[in-house]
Amino acid sequence: MNQVEQQRLAGSETKPAATGQSILPAKRALNGQAVLLTDIPNLRIESFRQSLIQAPSQHRRVAAFFGVGEPDGVRLYAVLAGAGEGQLFVMSSLVEGNAFASMTAECPQVHLFERELFEQWGVRPEGHPHLNPVRFENPRRTHDGDVASSIGIADFYRVEGDEVHEVSVGPVHAGIIEPGHFRFQCHGEEVLHLEISLGYQHRGVEQAMLMSPVKRWLPYMETVAGDTTIGHTSAHCQLTEALGDSSVSGRAHALRAIALELERLANHVGTLGGVANDVGYLPTASFCGRLRGDFLNLTAALCGSRFGRGLVRPGGVDFDVDADQCRSLIERLDAAQRDVKSALNLLWDANSVQARFEGTGALTQQMAEELGLVGVAARACGLERDVRHDFPAGFFRLAQIPVSVAQSGDVFARAYVRWLEIQRSYAFIREQLQNLPSGPIRRACNSLRPDRLCVSLVEGWRGEICHVAITNSEGRLASYKIIDPSFHNWLGLAVALRNQQISDFPLCNKSFDLSYCGHDL
Amino acid sequence: MIKAIIARIQQGHRTSNYPAQQPTLPDRFRGAPRLDRDLCTEGCHQCADACPTDALVLEPTRMSLDMGRCLFCTECTQACPTGAVTLTNEYQLAARRRKDLIVEGEFEPRCKALDEQTRRVFGRSLKLRQVSAGGCNACEADVNVLGTLVYDLGRFGIQMVASPRHADGILVTGPVTENMAVALRKTYDAVPSPKIVIAVGACAIAGGPYIGHSQVRNGVDSILPVDLYVPGCPPHPYTILDGLLGLLDRLDEHGTQATASRQLQG
Repeated sequence: MNQVEQQRLAGSETKPAATGQSILPAKRALNGQAVLLTDIPNLRIESFRQSLIQAPSQHRRVAAFFGVGEPDGVRLYAVLAGAGEGQLFVMSSLVEGNAFASMTAECPQVHLFERELFEQWGVRPEGHPHLNPVRFENPRRTHDGDVASSIGIADFYRVEGDEVHEVSVGPVHAGIIEPGHFRFQCHGEEVLHLEISLGYQHRGVEQAMLMSPVKRWLPYMETVAGDTTIGHTSAHCQLTEALGDSSVSGRAHALRAIALELERLANHVGTLGGVANDVGYLPTASFCGRLRGDFLNLTAALCGSRFGRGLVRPGGVDFDVDADQCRSLIERLDAAQRDVKSALNLLWDANSVQARFEGTGALTQQMAEELGLVGVAARACGLERDVRHDFPAGFFRLAQIPVSVAQSGDVFARAYVRWLEIQRSYAFIREQLQNLPSGPIRRACNSLRPDRLCVSLVEGWRGEICHVAITNSEGRLASYKIIDPSFHNWLGLAVALRNQQISDFPLCNKSFDLSYCGHDL
Repeated sequence: MIKAIIARIQQGHRTSNYPAQQPTLPDRFRGAPRLDRDLCTEGCHQCADACPTDALVLEPTRMSLDMGRCLFCTECTQACPTGAVTLTNEYQLAARRRKDLIVEGEFEPRCKALDEQTRRVFGRSLKLRQVSAGGCNACEADVNVLGTLVYDLGRFGIQMVASPRHADGILVTGPVTENMAVALRKTYDAVPSPKIVIAVGACAIAGGPYIGHSQVRNGVDSILPVDLYVPGCPPHPYTILDGLLGLLDRLDEHGTQATASRQLQG
């Protein structure tokens, strides 16, 4: 037993909480702040369960929940995000045997985390209502050894009865889109239930982070979800910088923030073009298709790649801009924004479009809260959830962007939140390009310090990107966990489709615009 | 309606005049590599050590870079102390044979057209089914963008279609994950013959960053015969378009529009 474990067992369980609000012990951390493993309370499984189950009632959300293999079994780690407090709460518990009582019934937002735990570590959440594979990882680890799993072979949910039928779609879809499998239980045109079964994109990123040479880390991060290159590389770099106590200049932080908002602009414009296309409103669809490229080209002007490959690096960024380039970027940004405005005003002015958007695929705020949704999908339900605001790190400690929310939770709300964010990101980029801090763009980084855990959150264009890394006693990675916002939100799409027309699926799907590879890793 | 017309006028004409003219690419665009073995210092191995996908190979008398594996990142150019490895802004990168992607000095665009008989069938109308087999959505996005009004793929007689049964071939992105191998094979089988296969992006050519993972098959040609390789991570839309037009013999040796008589032969 090493020192860390001894200290854990020595009674961190009895450590009182720092404030009255936090009933159960947890290590408090900020976004992008490394903590010692010895400081993380080792709870008994029942206390650990209660912490997670009670989290929603304390306005905390399960941001991460995963396992790490230890000699005595599997240790569970949970990260709770307390939005109003700006704090993250980290706790752990060693599973005795190979099972624990599922929390899904009492805390639905852990449903997929529990399925993942079962798939990756063979730890069974007893009583989980639907323990299907998450990614069809092969072979699947179990307590009795590895077993083979076959993609698409699972015990899918089924509705039976007169005139009930099943529509099964994918993995290969009609458009240029990533693969996934969708099963609709329908009564006529009405969808009673949708089950989304993914895993087709599984490339083994998390395991590879532990086994591959360090030079592969950035290419992995840039392609976790290729349309969110800046988001994921920023989260990763923030993490390795924190674990090595390395510093980043203000200029590099500003350039990262500009690139992050450009990524948001490009993707939101693309999504709005997509929803316009899905209701057959072609002018906006066509204009936005071009405009999305204009924003991607701005990122390419920064770093040579339309998706921001090669820009964000540990210790800063790899490309600088001079005053002339800033001016030229602002000019091009202004021109693109002018056209975006004209394209989107058409969309909001068209009654036929609004009739299709309003009331379609609606989620209530309560449902969004229970499912633990993040990003645009959560804000469209009136939840003020935004990492840039709730857990500011990097440049967002200095410059704020107002949180964009809407109330109706439907396709309209999700589209409208994107439009609000487009305007705010545009204003932000414009302002920062005019006032870039001076300084170096990249500093040398230290190696990772041993026996630490760090949580890094970034508000990507889809929502909260969460990376959690744990280092071992030699300062090497012992665990690397990636939670793309899509991991939280896919069930939101499935629930939003209940009692909707099956023909509205493409529209609802595009209004969420989730990542397949970000989920499958 | 009047608002739509006003907006339409405001948005203007945006379709590029490629291939009549060469496209404008970003100043910092990273294209074909240029290698100069003479600049290397004895015993220096820094570029090859830095390469995340081992695309760069240094041998005692030879230095080569496999563009099929290359992610066009900046690791080798930054590591090289003498400028022996540089990335030019050459965007015409596609090749018909895998071995043509291996660069030893300067890369020469050499995408050969399909044979005459196949061009007779596909030359004026090519329908493709796109399959993402583990792609990260960057290659997919830059294939998708070819359908927008800037590139307007339709004007070349090329179209992405919804069903393999309607297609003349498939365009594959991603390293071919184990979990997609069967679906990819079935999609290919559903395309009527004669048919072509196009691999777009480093993943589809050789596995990209995921090369060697047990969860992937290291590229499309591990399970299907590939007719066109388009390197890049992701390739620029013009790199993909150049490859497609080269395949159909629509371009002259400068990468711009071929003469009318040459087009008609197809």
